[in-house]
Amino acid sequence: MKRIALAVVTLFAITFLLFLLMEFLPGSPFNDEKLNETQKALLFAKYGLDKPFFTRFFIYLKNLIHLDFGVSYVITIDLPVRTMLATRLPVTIRIGLQAMILGVLIGLILGIIAALKKNSAIDTTATVVSVLGFSVPAYVFALLLVYFVAFRLQWLPIRYNARQPFISSILPTISLSMYIIATMARYARSEMIDCLNTDYILLAKAKGVTQPRVIRRHALRNTLVPIITVVAPLTVGIITGSVVIEQIFGVPGLGQLLLLGVTNNDYNVISAVALVYSFLHIVIMLVVDILYGIIDPRIRVAGGEK
Amino acid sequence: MAEETRERVLSIRDLDISFDTSNGTMNAIRGVRLDLYKGETIAIVGESGSGKSVTAKAIMGIMAKNQHINGGSIMYSYTDDEGRKETLDITKMSEDEVRKTICGKHIAMVFQDPMTSLNPTITIGKQIMEGMVDHYHYSKEEARKKAIELLDDVGIVDPEKRFGQYPHQLSGGMRQRVVIAIALACNPDILICDEPTTALDVTIQAKILNLIKDLQKKKDLSVIYITHDLGVVAQVADYVAVMYAGRIVEKGSVDEIYYDPRHPYTWGLLSSMPDLSTNTPRLFAIPGNPINLLNQVKGDAFAARNPYALQLDFEKQPPMFNVGGKHRVASWLCHPKAPKVEMPHSLRVKIDNMLKEVNAYGKQ
Repeated sequence: MKRIALAVVTLFAITFLLFLLMEFLPGSPFNDEKLNETQKALLFAKYGLDKPFFTRFFIYLKNLIHLDFGVSYVITIDLPVRTMLATRLPVTIRIGLQAMILGVLIGLILGIIAALKKNSAIDTTATVVSVLGFSVPAYVFALLLVYFVAFRLQWLPIRYNARQPFISSILPTISLSMYIIATMARYARSEMIDCLNTDYILLAKAKGVTQPRVIRRHALRNTLVPIITVVAPLTVGIITGSVVIEQIFGVPGLGQLLLLGVTNNDYNVISAVALVYSFLHIVIMLVVDILYGIIDPRIRVAGGEK
Repeated sequence: MAEETRERVLSIRDLDISFDTSNGTMNAIRGVRLDLYKGETIAIVGESGSGKSVTAKAIMGIMAKNQHINGGSIMYSYTDDEGRKETLDITKMSEDEVRKTICGKHIAMVFQDPMTSLNPTITIGKQIMEGMVDHYHYSKEEARKKAIELLDDVGIVDPEKRFGQYPHQLSGGMRQRVVIAIALACNPDILICDEPTTALDVTIQAKILNLIKDLQKKKDLSVIYITHDLGVVAQVADYVAVMYAGRIVEKGSVDEIYYDPRHPYTWGLLSSMPDLSTNTPRLFAIPGNPINLLNQVKGDAFAARNPYALQLDFEKQPPMFNVGGKHRVASWLCHPKAPKVEMPHSLRVKIDNMLKEVNAYGKQ
């Protein structure tokens, strides 16, 4: 309960900050050279932009309670931002989730195998992969994939296509997941190695538990605990990464919308997308906290057990 | 004691173990010879790095990746389910085989630090049941019943409730009891205790030692203690082996080692034991550091730190001299032709005091 209240406060603070920042942004949504001063003033009055800062802020907040994000000023004039989000959010979430699942799974498997076969060829390969994933930005991977897989080999489409959402989201998913794979592999490897050197693994061995069981029952779970902490910040990477990746593959998602909003000074669009991003992030953090408790009994929050 | 009727359960012969390191080969165990009889308690004593834990782990078949057994044997004898006598050489078995047939089931181990030797994410009940289910394929119900009995055996109050708890909800002493319960879960013949009380409060130490003693009697266990605490050894062991640099330098019954030590290293160990009876202003410490086993050891490994060392100690490795009873000493000082050397005066006084006390109060 306390955490949910905290989440609401955080969202409020983010909204205020966004509003403040946009206030200081130079220019206005209405940059058409054909508009004269009176016409501009009329537009300002129409959207209530002539009112003082705090009045506008509270009107915005009031509407927000009813999930009304206002209308777009520029991109598609007078279209409610909520409608824009409704079509774009699922696309972004789909690709984000795909990238997350792919990245976490492959990263974990790679890291754990590397740890179990420490100093072997597989271990070296995993290390090279994670160093590459770390140091090469997602858009470079995206461009490489576009060139080789989509353009040269023609295996997969270059641009996102709403009629083939899965096939055409494969390349953006892979590009987004590279960083996650790298991070996960590195953490999983070092956590697993630490875990295999602990006394309770020794005790499990002394009990006569066979090696595969030692790993499955004792090592995996304890390896996961610290790794979950890393997953949460990685979602931020997905969010910021999506802005660039969606642009490259022409994905009609939130990232693209944010970019459009920023270039056009479309206030309501910018703050709505930013709010949705923040909301997603906060939800993920909450889920991670809950997962933590399930995996590690020591962290179970008061009230769970006595 | 009828020597011949005693049943030998474990017999280590000329065990030689080395580790490959980036600096070369380290010869950690250099020809250990040791016997364990049914119901007996032996203690392996020595400072850090003397090879006591490596020996214990080798008995359990737990080997590091860079570890090699170069020679010798660890013969384990037991009576199988059909009543036949079987003898296995653990050094000739693969790690998997040892794990499946010996670990837990025949030889169990209790580790030093109960705070870290239990898995924090699994309830203690499940951790006790694990071995039984794996080795004997007990049903959940049977295993549960036995686990609760075991918790009761090791002196845990309210075992039903503790069964479902996680290690972090238990105190250090209780955790060590749980570790002992885990060790006993599959009715082993041999219990290896690797510094079982080092990480515990002094008040808990005695309780845990007594618990192990009681259980040993009840379940007819043979126990190997690995420790550097000579106080613990005196309380629990029948037989003591003193290890230095991968070799046993002196072994014998507790009385022989404590009241009639012969090797200068044992003299050093006993002298560095604090006590209140002698009037020494400073606690004795053995000078120098243990030798580096990466180098080839020539002669007696302790010679460089030994003020009584003979020229021969630097040149030729001493054999085990039989000095009477079960007492064996690997020092040239025990050669019949060696010059007579007495133990340090302060130690003599200390031992005489101990003997006086024993004679005054009678032996417990």
